[in-house]
Amino acid sequence: MTSIDESNKEKFRSVSVDLNNDASLLIDIPDALCERDKVKFTVHTKTTLSAFQKPEFSVPRQHEDFIWLHDTLVETEDYAGLIIPPAPPKPDFESPREKMHKLGEGEATMTKEEYTKMKQELEAEYLAVFKKTVQVHEVFLQRLSSHPNLSKDRNFQIFLEYDQDLSVRRKNVKEMFGGFFKIVAKSADEVLISGTKEVDEFFEQEKTFLLDYYSKIKDSTIKAEKMTRSHKNIADDYIHISATLNSLSVDDSTKVEGRVASDQELKLTELLRYYMRDIQAAKDLLYRRARALADYENSNKALDKARLKSKDIPQAEEHQQQCLQKFDKLSDSGKKELTIFKGRRVVAFRKNLVEMAELEIKHAKLLDFYELFKNELQK
Amino acid sequence: SSVTPQPAVSMQPPSLEQLSPHWSQLEDDEAKDRFDVDVSVTNPEKVGDGMNAYMAYKVSTRTSLTMFRCKTFSVRRRFSDFLGLYEKLSVKQSLHGCIIPLPPEKSVVGMTKVKVGTDDPSSVEFVERRRAALERYLQRIVSHPSLLQDPDVREFLERDDLPRAVNTQTLSGAGFLKMINKASDAVNKMTLKMNESDTWFDDKFQEVESEEQQLRKLHAVVDSLVTHRKELCGNTAVFAKSMAMLGNSEDNTALSRALSQLAEVEDKMEQLHQEQAASDFFIFAELLADYVRLLGAVRGCFDQRMRAWQRWQEAQSTLQKKREAEAKLLWANKPEKLQQAKEEITEVKKVMKIC
Repeated sequence: MTSIDESNKEKFRSVSVDLNNDASLLIDIPDALCERDKVKFTVHTKTTLSAFQKPEFSVPRQHEDFIWLHDTLVETEDYAGLIIPPAPPKPDFESPREKMHKLGEGEATMTKEEYTKMKQELEAEYLAVFKKTVQVHEVFLQRLSSHPNLSKDRNFQIFLEYDQDLSVRRKNVKEMFGGFFKIVAKSADEVLISGTKEVDEFFEQEKTFLLDYYSKIKDSTIKAEKMTRSHKNIADDYIHISATLNSLSVDDSTKVEGRVASDQELKLTELLRYYMRDIQAAKDLLYRRARALADYENSNKALDKARLKSKDIPQAEEHQQQCLQKFDKLSDSGKKELTIFKGRRVVAFRKNLVEMAELEIKHAKLLDFYELFKNELQK
Repeated sequence: SSVTPQPAVSMQPPSLEQLSPHWSQLEDDEAKDRFDVDVSVTNPEKVGDGMNAYMAYKVSTRTSLTMFRCKTFSVRRRFSDFLGLYEKLSVKQSLHGCIIPLPPEKSVVGMTKVKVGTDDPSSVEFVERRRAALERYLQRIVSHPSLLQDPDVREFLERDDLPRAVNTQTLSGAGFLKMINKASDAVNKMTLKMNESDTWFDDKFQEVESEEQQLRKLHAVVDSLVTHRKELCGNTAVFAKSMAMLGNSEDNTALSRALSQLAEVEDKMEQLHQEQAASDFFIFAELLADYVRLLGAVRGCFDQRMRAWQRWQEAQSTLQKKREAEAKLLWANKPEKLQQAKEEITEVKKVMKIC
């Protein structure tokens, strides 16, 4: 069972830019508990809005509750023209847990010191995964609270306020069903979006850019992950080396590489991963718009047919009007959303790259330890 | 002072102590070393072409000892000559009980590169490492008083025209460490275990064994480090390319430039990682391997001692049996057989002297 505190969280703050600055609705996750597989988040809200019953309150939430909220928002027609913030990924403790298991098995082959160090390293990894998942869930909520439309969503308010177990309200079977259809629809969307002729210059550009950028950023994320894992392997080797050198009674060399792996590569990987998901969300918006356009075109065809047959013209006209309206609405809000998205992405990248560079410099200074080590040996 | 090995009953330990590879002791010894003989290995030069080519090294000696013909002299030697020297020394009875230093391992991969003639940095590095290892080898030999006295060693240092060593094939496949381990295993399997009366040996043996274990472990981990670092190189290079592509896709010019620069930085990192991996391997790993081999040789000495003791025991029991037989014959009054028995006893006593 592990929990975190404020000071530790600061180091891992926002992959995105600082979202929590509108005092009318402030959300954060000050605390979280890890029980076996499940993580329980404490969602804390401070608000001046009259829509809520109290000015300040906290509720416990599970990962599944976040997913429910996300899916509900996605399925809401009214938000079709908005970029819904990507759902936070499920907390994944598989990797550190597996390593911990292996460590337990190999305990006999190591010295006590080595074992302790490896254990510490693993615990740090475990903690890093934990902090990461808290942060990602927090950012999700903060994106919602800072969005002019989404922050007013009734379900969002329920999520924040309802002090009983939300799982009662969650639809289980239907969710699974819905998920399957979503996947099928997605692949159809891919075809649709590349096939549709685009009249609007802005959207044409956006579409090309996002499709291309998405595949590149996905590629970068995978490769960054591989790099991080290599670094981790080296860090582990350093632990073994320092432990063995120690037992040969040479001065202990500090494990510099370990920290390097945990901090800055992780940052870069996380940044890429988050934006990969965010871009997917933007793409989803484009899909919806493409679907709306297709609907509109179909309704036009239906209207023409009706006119030919001189039957059901008013319904067809009405339907056509609806489709057009929907499409226009999506196009309008879509344009706004995508423009904001662009700006936000650039700022976030800048901030994170700067932080990453600073971390690298800090660790380069730690390499002075090698100097010390060398001097010790020469004595 | 020169040391001659003596029968197992009372062993003088000085040669072992002098060559103990325990690090702090090594430093002390280095301080006390008087360089009556100074050997260096320099000027590697490629001789010949294609697959028959080889590297010839200049072996220079500077000495104040009178047993050598001159005060300074040099000869050219090739790698197989060094191996040949080891071969000759390791089979000599007179040197039993001495820790005979091991020359560097053969390397088909390393040498092929050199033979083929590519002047790339890795083959230059290989030759340099080998040169340094050969020098270390000779320096260890000449700092051992018994080995220095050996005529083969002197011939190696002095003689202009050294006959080609032909027995080096035996050292090829197995490598030195495997060879020593095999011999060591054979000794361990012998049923007659020695009662260690001299605790000095017991202690030292424990020390050597534990040290060797540690060094082996360290060597394995450093090997793993080198592998992982090479992996990191690959992954970093791939990542750098991916970043460059992302930078190209990026429509915000400032961010695009930033990403491209990041790609360049990562590329440089890859270079650094490569260099680090190379030096990890050549410096750290090779040095460890060298010490592990040396400790193996030390263990070999312990084994020799044990085997000598075993032979002595066997000879003793044979002597006992022969004496009993002699006594029986004396009783039975058979003079010819008696003479034979007496001869046999003398033979056995000779064997014991050698032990």
